[in-house]
Amino acid sequence: MTFTIPIDNGDSLKNAEADSQRTLYPYVTGTSIVAIKYKDGVLMASDMGGSYGSTLRYKNIERMKAIGKHSLLGASGEISDFQEILRYLDELVLNDNMWDDGNSLGPKEVHNYLTRVMYNRRNKFNPLWNTLVLGGVKNGESYLGMVSMIGVSFEDNHVATGFGNHLARPILRDEWHADLSFEDGVKLLEKCMRVLLYRDRSAINKLQIAKITEEGVTVSQPYSLKTFWEFKAFHNPTAGAEGSW
Amino acid sequence: MFRNQYDTDVTTWSPTGRLFQVEYAMEAVKQGSAAIGLRSRSHVVLASVNKAQSELSSHQRKIFKVDDHIGVAIAGLTADGRVLSRYMRSESINHSFTYESPLPVGRLVVRLADKAQVCTQRSWKRPYGVGLLVGGLDESGAHLYYNCPSGNYFEYQAFAIGSRSQAAKTYLERRFESFNESSREDLIKDAILAIRETLQGETLKSSLCTVSVLGVDEPFHFLDQESIQKVIDTFEKVPEEEGDGGEGEAEDEAAPAEQGGAGDQDVAPMEI
Repeated sequence: MTFTIPIDNGDSLKNAEADSQRTLYPYVTGTSIVAIKYKDGVLMASDMGGSYGSTLRYKNIERMKAIGKHSLLGASGEISDFQEILRYLDELVLNDNMWDDGNSLGPKEVHNYLTRVMYNRRNKFNPLWNTLVLGGVKNGESYLGMVSMIGVSFEDNHVATGFGNHLARPILRDEWHADLSFEDGVKLLEKCMRVLLYRDRSAINKLQIAKITEEGVTVSQPYSLKTFWEFKAFHNPTAGAEGSW
Repeated sequence: MFRNQYDTDVTTWSPTGRLFQVEYAMEAVKQGSAAIGLRSRSHVVLASVNKAQSELSSHQRKIFKVDDHIGVAIAGLTADGRVLSRYMRSESINHSFTYESPLPVGRLVVRLADKAQVCTQRSWKRPYGVGLLVGGLDESGAHLYYNCPSGNYFEYQAFAIGSRSQAAKTYLERRFESFNESSREDLIKDAILAIRETLQGETLKSSLCTVSVLGVDEPFHFLDQESIQKVIDTFEKVPEEEGDGGEGEAEDEAAPAEQGGAGDQDVAPMEI
């Protein structure tokens, strides 16, 4: 998405080209990301779906990536914009490594850099259509933060994007506590992802869980959650309205 | 170093491979009043000699805060030093704004050096006539660097620049091996003692020097006159005990020595 300053001479025919140079709506989107701090660092979960409007077109999209040695980035929203952000961060990490001076970018620095980028794009009316989750560990300190497409940015012990905000965070508010073990953390995330799977139509049953600790980042292989559909109420769904489906 | 046909502009090499204009710029650093830096594993102390243009004026500031974790002491053309300090502050604050984290001092020093190098390779520019002692912190601890008008930079455990800095360097050379493990107080004391060496016989008073400290849990700040005088009192007790007669003589000696600076009447007024 290149940016050009729109010429405002009131002629919409001439402006059409200028408009096509900035983001108007997203095309291929990823759904929620859910992340929590735990004892050794940060755990993040996402599914592997990429929706093209209401069609679940892509089912093998990795929406979480390692950034440098200390950070993990998860994104929901426009996939191509996420790839663009990965390119910016790649350059940032490369330049940081080239200094080769014992200093390295931590999650706080990456989070703030992303906040600046997102906010500046929003100010130019050409946003990167993503909500980003940035987690990491450096020098024993865990970090978890979020940046939205309009540049709203904050840190917390647990974050979620999109539908996750409405379905997952209430669960996390009740059940998250400090110093969760790895197993408990995964169980908690799976609980959230299961609810999202049932209730978010853009979710698919193929998810990854990523963990970041002082040692580094590991992204799990994709796997699926067990679901239960044998609720009595689902057996004869049209019982109350014969003829419908 | 005498005038020759290769020293008119900075983009002319001499047949022996020297850039005279750059070397002349380094001479300007040697004419300024002394500045000293020392570091331990966790702290950096920068100190300078207060020199005033005349008895009527106040002394020029030679030490600047660049950020909470970086300070710089200059020697040479003060105006050039101020401009470079402003550049350093700008770089530091831009980094803090984008990354919410302090700019590592080593990276700032490289940018400063590259900026100085540009002036050695453009025919329409001149080298900065100021040497900078940059002290600061980064992830690996405390660091002290010296930035030269030539665009070179070096890291030091301790260093002194400006006039009569050789006396301070000799003092520091004898003790630098212990500085890494020094306590903050000992480091400050060594800095003030090194300053005393450059004064060449003048009585050391807190009004004659400026001292600044920064450390791992201590943002950059200046020591006030009282604290400096207290440190001086711990080792200058003997001359004071000689009584008022001794002090009066010392004061008379101090005044002409201050005006003389390097004792050289050719010191340009812009060099402090």
